[in-house]
Amino acid sequence: MKKSKSFWGYCLLALVIYAVVQLSISMQLLDLYYQNMLITMCINIMLAVSLHIVIGITGQFSIGHAGFLAVGAYLSAVATMKLGLPFPIAILIGAVVAALAGLLVGIPTLRLKGDYLAIATLGFAEIIRIVFLNVDYVGGAAGMVVNHMSTWTYAFIGVVITILVISNFTNSRHGRGCIAIREDEIAADAMGINTTYYKVIAFAIGSFFAGLAGAIYAHNFYIIQPTTFGFLKSFDILIYVVLGGLGSLSGSVLAAILLTVVSTYLANFPETRMIIYSLVLIIVMLYRPTGLMGTKEITDLFKIGKKGGSKA
Amino acid sequence: MTNNLLIKAENVGIQFGGLKAVQNVNMYLNKGELIGLIGPNGAGKTTTFNMLTGVYQPTEGAITFDGKKINGLKPYQVTKLGISRTFQNIRLFKDLSVLDNVKVANHNLAKHSIVSSIFRLPSHFSGEKKMEEESLAFLKIFGLDVYKDELAKNLPYGMQRRLEIARALAANPKLLLLDEPAAGMNPQETHDLMELIAFIRKEFGLTILLIEHDMHLVMGICERIYVLDHGQLIADGTPTEIRNNPKVIEAYLGEEVVD
Ligand SMILES: Nc1ncnc2c1ncn2[C@@H]1O[C@H](COP(=O)(O)OP(=O)(O)O)[C@@H](O)[C@H]1O
Ligand SMILES: [Mg+2]
Repeated sequence: MKKSKSFWGYCLLALVIYAVVQLSISMQLLDLYYQNMLITMCINIMLAVSLHIVIGITGQFSIGHAGFLAVGAYLSAVATMKLGLPFPIAILIGAVVAALAGLLVGIPTLRLKGDYLAIATLGFAEIIRIVFLNVDYVGGAAGMVVNHMSTWTYAFIGVVITILVISNFTNSRHGRGCIAIREDEIAADAMGINTTYYKVIAFAIGSFFAGLAGAIYAHNFYIIQPTTFGFLKSFDILIYVVLGGLGSLSGSVLAAILLTVVSTYLANFPETRMIIYSLVLIIVMLYRPTGLMGTKEITDLFKIGKKGGSKA
Repeated sequence: MTNNLLIKAENVGIQFGGLKAVQNVNMYLNKGELIGLIGPNGAGKTTTFNMLTGVYQPTEGAITFDGKKINGLKPYQVTKLGISRTFQNIRLFKDLSVLDNVKVANHNLAKHSIVSSIFRLPSHFSGEKKMEEESLAFLKIFGLDVYKDELAKNLPYGMQRRLEIARALAANPKLLLLDEPAAGMNPQETHDLMELIAFIRKEFGLTILLIEHDMHLVMGICERIYVLDHGQLIADGTPTEIRNNPKVIEAYLGEEVVD
């Protein structure tokens, strides 16, 4: 089975990346600035991949992803700071509650299509943000102080789990059902796919991993505030997915890495930051209108001409 | 007759706003029959298919399939019960491979859960393997196995039509609805297609309802024919009866006359 062979290949690659970075950190080759960039990169990859399953795979144009990031951030922060629970359990709480919020938002909104769905999800994300803004228990507008607990190890494990779960889901009858919905919802329905069920499932899985990213995010910056989770954050995540190429998991990972690096460096030039960032986006979209990877995966590039199995 | 009955539509009709697109349709299909549904453009043939498959909910009448009332069911539920279809304007999953198009329709053949797929449990692998084998077998019947890794959108037109039928068949139907499957095909392709339809009907013990614009073709292969005009059934009977029916001749006046 060549599938399991390539699987172990990826495991090895992941292990090498992890070990190299971890070694550099313990040998103090990477200062805090770069460590922080790497953790931010991991968070952004998780966000990109978790939105990819909703937009890229299932074709549901949700633009309120920051709402679920907020749920994960706040709930995990409450778990560690108020309830004194261990960090791993707090991460799980953040992710599970975000998934529940995803179900709650997804069940009514996923009946809508196109622009209507986009507006409804954006609206729900704002509602979530405003709820946190008005709850004094979590600090209201001033925000909530959170201890620094996120490490490269947590962030990296988070990325690996996110990618593994979402690509396993995608490469199964369930993922194919979701892709069929993206391609043609009426035909998918006529072929026996319960379209509502799969849209909601994809949405809940996406929300779960956005919540996971939120937990790691919250414990990386000492403070979380409702303003961080506004619609601009949702658009940032959307940009990873679109720029990477709708339907390509590796594309969204690549875009998240690229844009994290670009915006980290641009933080040194606050006046021109947004202009350059926008220019990068415009240039990529001009030369690659279907995104960096189109609908292809990086792995496709290595096996041109000797393709046997199925892929999505 | 009753225990042989597969589907029955009684006084079925649908209204869009004020417009009665289809009304008072009474039709039945016995198990194993190949029945034609004909009528001029805009007569309501596709709309009738949409009602039989749950895409549209009839505003009047009842549809019974295999002893169960199916109005009110969603399309995927109707499909699970055993009705599958093709579309007049091809609706393939364009960016999926030919094989994956068929696999989507095989969805309910395997039973492995989401959890088993995420954790790659043994039931995931056995389920996916079964789907792959079954899908390849369907592609082979339709001569599409050589294209299995092509994207559906890159297939030649005639092959796309064939793939739609293969996909519909993969959903494991008792009743297959074909909406103008030969549209846009040349005579040779049409001829081959009709042989193929006759073959799969025998091979899978299917009951088939066929919408076709080409009267010759329908007359040649169908046991009975229903004729729709302006949303109403104006005739039904054997090809010979239909050919000599004055109402049918009138409805088709101006179109190519049947000989
Ligand atoms: N969703 C709809 N809304 C309004 N009118 C419709 C709809 N679907 C079909 N119709 C109308 O029903 C009539 C029959 O169409 P159709 O079933 O496609 O005809 P046929 O397949 O026999 O050529 C047409 O007048 C069409 O405009
Ligand atoms: Mg039609």
